Amino acid sequence: MSLTTDDVKKVARLARLAMSEQEILSAQAQLNNIFDLIAEMQAVDTTGITPMSHAQDVVQRLRADVVTESDQRELFQSIAPQVEAGLYLVPQVIE
Amino acid sequence: MTWEIVIGLEVHTQLSTNTKIFSGASTAFGAEPNTQADAVSLALPGVLPVLNCGAVERAIKFGLATGAHIAPRSVFARKNYFYPDLPKGYQISQMDLPVVGQGALTIQVEPLSGNAKPYEKVVRITRAHLEEDAGKSVHGSSQGVTGIDLNRAGTPLLEIVSEPDMRSAAEAIAYAKALHTLVKWIGICDGNMQEGSFRCDVNVSVRKPGQPFGTRREIKNLNSFKFMQQAIDYEVQWQIDTIENGGKVQQATVLFNPDTGETRSMRSKEDAHDYRYFPDPDLLPLEISEAWKAEVRATMPELPQAKQHRYVNELGLSAYDASLLTSSREMADFFEAALSAVPSQAKICANWLIGEVSAQLNRDGLDMAQCPITAQQLGGMLLRIADGTISNSGAKEVFRTLWAEGGEADAIIEAKGLKQVSDSGAIEALVDEIIAANADKVAEYRSGKDKLFGFFVGLAMKASKGKANPAQLNEILKQKLAG
Amino acid sequence: MFESSLKQLGDALRAKKISSVELTQLYLDRIAKLNPALNAYVTVNPEMSLAQARAADARIAAGTAEALTGIPFGQKDIFCAQGWLTTCGSKMLHNFVSPYDAHIISQFNAAGAVNLGKTNMDEFAMGSSNETSHYGAVKNPWDVARVPGGSSGGTASAIAARLCAAATGTDTGGSIRQPAALCGISGLKPTYGVCSRYGMIAFASSLDQAGPMGRSAEDLALMMNVMAGYDERDSTSLQRGKEDYARNLDQPLTGLRIGLPKEFFAAGMGSDVAQAVEAAIAEYKKLGATVVDISLPNSRLSVPVYYVLAPAEASSNLSRFDGVRYGYRAPEYSDLADMYEKSRAQGFGSEVKRRIMIGTYVLSHGYYDAYYLQAQKIRRLIAQDFVEAFKQCDVIMGPTSPSTAFKLGEKGDDPVQMYLSDIYTIAVNLAGLPGMSIPCGFGDNAMPVGLQIIGNYFDEARMLNVAHQYQLATDWHSRAPQGI
Repeated sequence: MSLTTDDVKKVARLARLAMSEQEILSAQAQLNNIFDLIAEMQAVDTTGITPMSHAQDVVQRLRADVVTESDQRELFQSIAPQVEAGLYLVPQVIE
Repeated sequence: MTWEIVIGLEVHTQLSTNTKIFSGASTAFGAEPNTQADAVSLALPGVLPVLNCGAVERAIKFGLATGAHIAPRSVFARKNYFYPDLPKGYQISQMDLPVVGQGALTIQVEPLSGNAKPYEKVVRITRAHLEEDAGKSVHGSSQGVTGIDLNRAGTPLLEIVSEPDMRSAAEAIAYAKALHTLVKWIGICDGNMQEGSFRCDVNVSVRKPGQPFGTRREIKNLNSFKFMQQAIDYEVQWQIDTIENGGKVQQATVLFNPDTGETRSMRSKEDAHDYRYFPDPDLLPLEISEAWKAEVRATMPELPQAKQHRYVNELGLSAYDASLLTSSREMADFFEAALSAVPSQAKICANWLIGEVSAQLNRDGLDMAQCPITAQQLGGMLLRIADGTISNSGAKEVFRTLWAEGGEADAIIEAKGLKQVSDSGAIEALVDEIIAANADKVAEYRSGKDKLFGFFVGLAMKASKGKANPAQLNEILKQKLAG
Repeated sequence: MFESSLKQLGDALRAKKISSVELTQLYLDRIAKLNPALNAYVTVNPEMSLAQARAADARIAAGTAEALTGIPFGQKDIFCAQGWLTTCGSKMLHNFVSPYDAHIISQFNAAGAVNLGKTNMDEFAMGSSNETSHYGAVKNPWDVARVPGGSSGGTASAIAARLCAAATGTDTGGSIRQPAALCGISGLKPTYGVCSRYGMIAFASSLDQAGPMGRSAEDLALMMNVMAGYDERDSTSLQRGKEDYARNLDQPLTGLRIGLPKEFFAAGMGSDVAQAVEAAIAEYKKLGATVVDISLPNSRLSVPVYYVLAPAEASSNLSRFDGVRYGYRAPEYSDLADMYEKSRAQGFGSEVKRRIMIGTYVLSHGYYDAYYLQAQKIRRLIAQDFVEAFKQCDVIMGPTSPSTAFKLGEKGDDPVQMYLSDIYTIAVNLAGLPGMSIPCGFGDNAMPVGLQIIGNYFDEARMLNVAHQYQLATDWHSRAPQGI
């Protein structure tokens, strides 16, 4: 299989990465090389194999429903690109 | 041939935990912006989620309450999309293995129009899954800018998805209301719709009966039952008009505008349907043991439907009264507490609650939880009605006083002299006097003018200053007049 | 002093032969002199380091010092450290002064250790040569024209050049072991779940693991005593009792069964690497070990599987870098979508973008089963191979990297060639096993060769013992690069 430039554009859009036409073309070539490498995997018969999501076969631990965090807005917002009246500012959201 | 309406609901209930689903930040409503946005809510680099036990426990309660399958093992997945109120760029949700599987909810439907009778219907619940809420976008001070408040980000949600089982707006609303009652009843959600604790997405389609489902449109984020009805009515008519005018309904997400009463399609996101779900590697499978379920089951209150059946079968109440008494947990609790004072008088107790108490609450704009009199106070009064100490009119006086000034029924009866005269000797003496003083009327009565009986009752009551026990008075009068 | 072990440094500090402030200053001076040529550190902050050193000296004076109190350590720039610039090698975090401490940082702080500075790394730990750092490539002290390996290349270079006694690393597909091998030092990637990931900026969550890097197995054991342990803030952190990782160091190796996977010794490995590794195996036989031939039949698939799973997780993990709450925001944009796309396009380097693209694609509609799910299934086959293998042996050995350090820029244009340099290390991450690399000689151009030791789950203490006994019998680990 190989990715078309449209595929690459769609992926870049999904990933929110601005790319020039030139960048799309070089990404296309590199991604296709990488997918050639990955292709080896697809021939393997994995019928009946349970997918492995985690390295350890353990279950989720639960946290008691107790407040442990206090207000640190000032500290956290000291590193924010743009804030006003305690809010993070972004260009207008249109629905 | 008429159109058939097909409706399914997705309801987002905010779970009433103290803290967020994946961190120890408070979920209290109304705090200053971002003061409850901790490192996890902000998705700082390197932070990790740890699941809140309280959120899982509430999901189990919901599963038990709807007779649903509770998954012994469920999995959290990431739903990936970019939005400023979604700090991680993905929402942690559940996809393939939700915590609650198939269940059902029985609803009482009251048709909205015509003379159709109320009826019962079972709505199937497809699934309910745990996920995190997003933050909020608010208008910034200047043009072209939006402010982001992440206090709500990470608040636990249980998304409850129904089958497309509803066939009218009335059924959809009855289901939403029953669900709303239930989640409050079992204490998993405060049900505050203004604050967004209970938000409904309604999937609507129309078809000719017997045909496959039509294309649906989803009305997002309805936060009142009134809006829900208006939105469904508008949407149904729009879809029918569209089809009858030769058009086709396109699958879409729409918003309801309460000002115009119309629904409109949201600006479509070209990649809206590619959420790239995959199991969250930061969270392990959630296991719920039989022992845990049993533990939670032991803490569950009797559910509305079970109470209704008991009220009808054991207390002899009508189905209608039973459903009104179980419209909220507070109502049912009040009823049962008051009833404990007069265990054999369920009907009187029910009548007072559905009648005077509800009417007075309504007039004062209060809900059951804010009722100024306690069940014990009401029970004390009901006891005196039952044992004949006070008459109905006396009881109304007692009730007014309890409501306005508080106190205790017995003390009020005493202070206001509302006690009925039940001493037959005293009543007989009173009746004898009246008969003696009204010989002409007695003769008329005895010659067949039965209607005069009321006249004698009135005189006797007046003479007793309204305190004579009416039943006793009637009996004695009848006897003496008969001669 | 720069050749002292951690134990010797700790002893000297507690005996007050040197103060922590003096020791820290010695290292700071050496960094000031040598770092410009190596670029091993991205951030040094003498003021903060010396403040910690003074606190350590007070603790030593009070008699409450622990094994590592007062010793300065480099910290890979992937660990959030409160008040420290924490860039993860990326322009995206060029201004990110962390408001909190990673668990690993808290552990070092609690032990009274000194944070000597943040070490350079491949951007978001994506790379095998440390050339993807926004802050410039790191040089190998053995030959500054060559790469140190990656992604923990700054740490490896700093240790080899004696710019710290030891430092932390992280390993998602070989990022501790491969640079350790290429720089002639020792490094351990523990069993997944042994060291908390809290505050360690995520690359691929199900594979990432922090670990110690230093000059000897003995040093690594002392660091593990501080780094390992349960942390309730990481759901994947394992609840296990505290253990002393140095407890087995002195045990003899008589009867040790070493498994040699035939797949690791097939074509692909450089002959210089093969020679050094075989000599090391011969040395182990002299120490009383026996050798067993084993097979890891699915290990050949670990590179393709890894390059599906790791980018998939990364594409999602890196979505939080959007220019809204912290980090880089593009100076000019027309609307919200443009702000996202430009901030991310300008803030991420090309390798990171490439992996985000791969990951986004393999998770996208219609491809999930063929790529992600298939990769997770093969991941299980790879893990099962190890379960079978460990029925026949106690540890597995082989090369860490197919070649010694290559030249800067040599593999720059060909991602696939770069990805293949992790061929021996990746399977260990997929299985979640512990793995380490120790120096075992020199290959062509007098560049160091690493021996990889893979242990069974939670068998770190035995692996450290196996490495330590070798280091008692050989001196590869104490060789220092010329001219430093």
